Amino acid sequence: MATTTSTTKGGSRNRTVTSSGVQIVQRRDVRGGILTYAGVVLICLWGLLPFYWMIVTSFRDVGYTFDTTPWPTHTTLENYATAFSTSRGNHFGRALLNSVVIGAATTAVGLVVGVFTAYALARLEFRGKFYVLGLILGASMFPGVALVTPLFQLFTDLGWLNTYQALIIPNISFVLPLTVYTLTAFFTEMPWELEESARMDGCTPGQAFVKVILPLAAPGIFTTAILAFTAAWNEFLLASQLGGDKVQPVTVAIASFAGAQPHQEPYTAVMAAGTIVTVPLIIMVLVFQRRIVSGLTAGGVKS
Amino acid sequence: MSTTSGVVTGEFAQGKPPLDPGAKRKSLHDGSGRRAAVLIAPTIVLLAIVILYPVVTAVSQSFTKDAGLDPATGLFVEGGFAGVANYKLWLLQDCGSGAFSCPPGTLGSQFWTSTGVTFLFTVVAVSLETLLGLVFALVMNRNFKGRGILRASVLVPWAIPTAVTAKLWYFIFAYDGIANKVLGTNILWTGDGWPPKAAIIIADTWKTAPFMALLILAGLQVIDGGVYEASKMDGASAWQRFRFITLPLVRPALMVAVLFRTLDTLRMYDLPKILTGGAGDTSTLSMLVVDQVRSGFNAASALSTLTFLIVFAVAFIFIKFLGANVTEQRAPKTKKAG
Repeated sequence: MATTTSTTKGGSRNRTVTSSGVQIVQRRDVRGGILTYAGVVLICLWGLLPFYWMIVTSFRDVGYTFDTTPWPTHTTLENYATAFSTSRGNHFGRALLNSVVIGAATTAVGLVVGVFTAYALARLEFRGKFYVLGLILGASMFPGVALVTPLFQLFTDLGWLNTYQALIIPNISFVLPLTVYTLTAFFTEMPWELEESARMDGCTPGQAFVKVILPLAAPGIFTTAILAFTAAWNEFLLASQLGGDKVQPVTVAIASFAGAQPHQEPYTAVMAAGTIVTVPLIIMVLVFQRRIVSGLTAGGVKS
Repeated sequence: MSTTSGVVTGEFAQGKPPLDPGAKRKSLHDGSGRRAAVLIAPTIVLLAIVILYPVVTAVSQSFTKDAGLDPATGLFVEGGFAGVANYKLWLLQDCGSGAFSCPPGTLGSQFWTSTGVTFLFTVVAVSLETLLGLVFALVMNRNFKGRGILRASVLVPWAIPTAVTAKLWYFIFAYDGIANKVLGTNILWTGDGWPPKAAIIIADTWKTAPFMALLILAGLQVIDGGVYEASKMDGASAWQRFRFITLPLVRPALMVAVLFRTLDTLRMYDLPKILTGGAGDTSTLSMLVVDQVRSGFNAASALSTLTFLIVFAVAFIFIKFLGANVTEQRAPKTKKAG
């Protein structure tokens, strides 16, 4: 069987090298191939068209906001200047910086805390592991809105409203379940023998972790960092309630972008701002797409 | 194989005679319980501060009266125990003088509308996302050149922050926007009736169907190609192969993806908030809680507790009755030596 058929991954076509079947299978191959490519094109359009429209509009003169020409016309960079301009009370530049600070801090703490927990869950035998996993999973299912009221009061009492810590600390607890689960999946897949031989060679558990496990897990940790940063970059609910002008992240800034007149939506400037916020993430996606996909699905699917 | 031999050499290296398997494991994992506790503690502490403490506070506040002037005596009184008044406000729309006494337009009168629209979004959006995700995944699982481009374009909607997604679709669905131009219609997408609901569902489906596709694709890729070979030789049609092989084998991954998307949609906030602002009865439960926060913590606490209970109940139903085996799918199994 292995010699007559060449099986490819998943449900893809096989080429049976028997005398009569070959032509039928090939004709089906062609038809299937066309269908596949039609599907591929449709999926690409699905993902890219609205994004493309945002970019095209961001370069369009404000007077032609609703122009429907499918390619850039009346191009200008003015919208990008408007996005960063503070004359209408928008502080997009500062918001960008705030998002970087909040995202970086959340990712750093979330990873350090998550790495240790994930290591323990993947590598150590202990009682109550099931409950720890359940608790962390429960936390990831938790509706963020249930935290708004108590945290609003707590941070008011502490005088923390409109501070970075008021946004970073809740964010950490939101990304922790994600980092723990993704890292645990990566740790579980790593070769167990290497760590053991390090132990046999006289390493303490701590040394084995730092010298053997961490370097090996670096790709997984990096992937997890991307996912955690994206999640923190995305956060809107708590930031809009617990933050203020000073620490407001880009998501909140974009949602409340003011136009030249009240009730006039500055569409083109918002599209420019949206493009700026999205492009770093898109570059990350292009460069690290394999890793991101493996990270997103790690832990989701285990054979 | 190599694991076993490694362990045995290890035992010899430590100068111990090879004992029974139980003792062997114990020596390797000696004291790991204490170490595990130390390693896990920071996570538990953080989750306790930011999640457990607020939940306990919210539950206790939901049974507390608002502090204020007592209408009878005119004196300022601290809250005190409110019984289930804060819950009656939402569940029975009881603003103090019996069931359904909340005047239209007040937050209290909106609970069931919000619950209804939240579930509408969840059922419709998650169904569409699952269906599309499955189709996408089946296409992506085929052999073709340019997988990289496809994977990247599928990740684009995932990478765009929800707030930006909402603004983007707000522009697409503007009255003079491209949606009306392409469709040749003059629909007020952020007005009343079905259009705002459709707009939210379309935007949500656009953003998350590709994500579903990736999760389902990962499930498809672990299916052994040999199973298809065998069924083909037995003369199974493409539909039969899908119905009796693909679907059952991908079901565990599919159920977990559906569960997580369902819980996400139930707590949806930023998309409807920015896209429609709640126009046309599109205020989700999360939006209602946030609206209530500034007009009364205790009632808001009751509402957020209700939201939490609803999400919890749905998760429970999924895991218990629909066979979304989260722990087995998500929980890693420790690889044991030997």
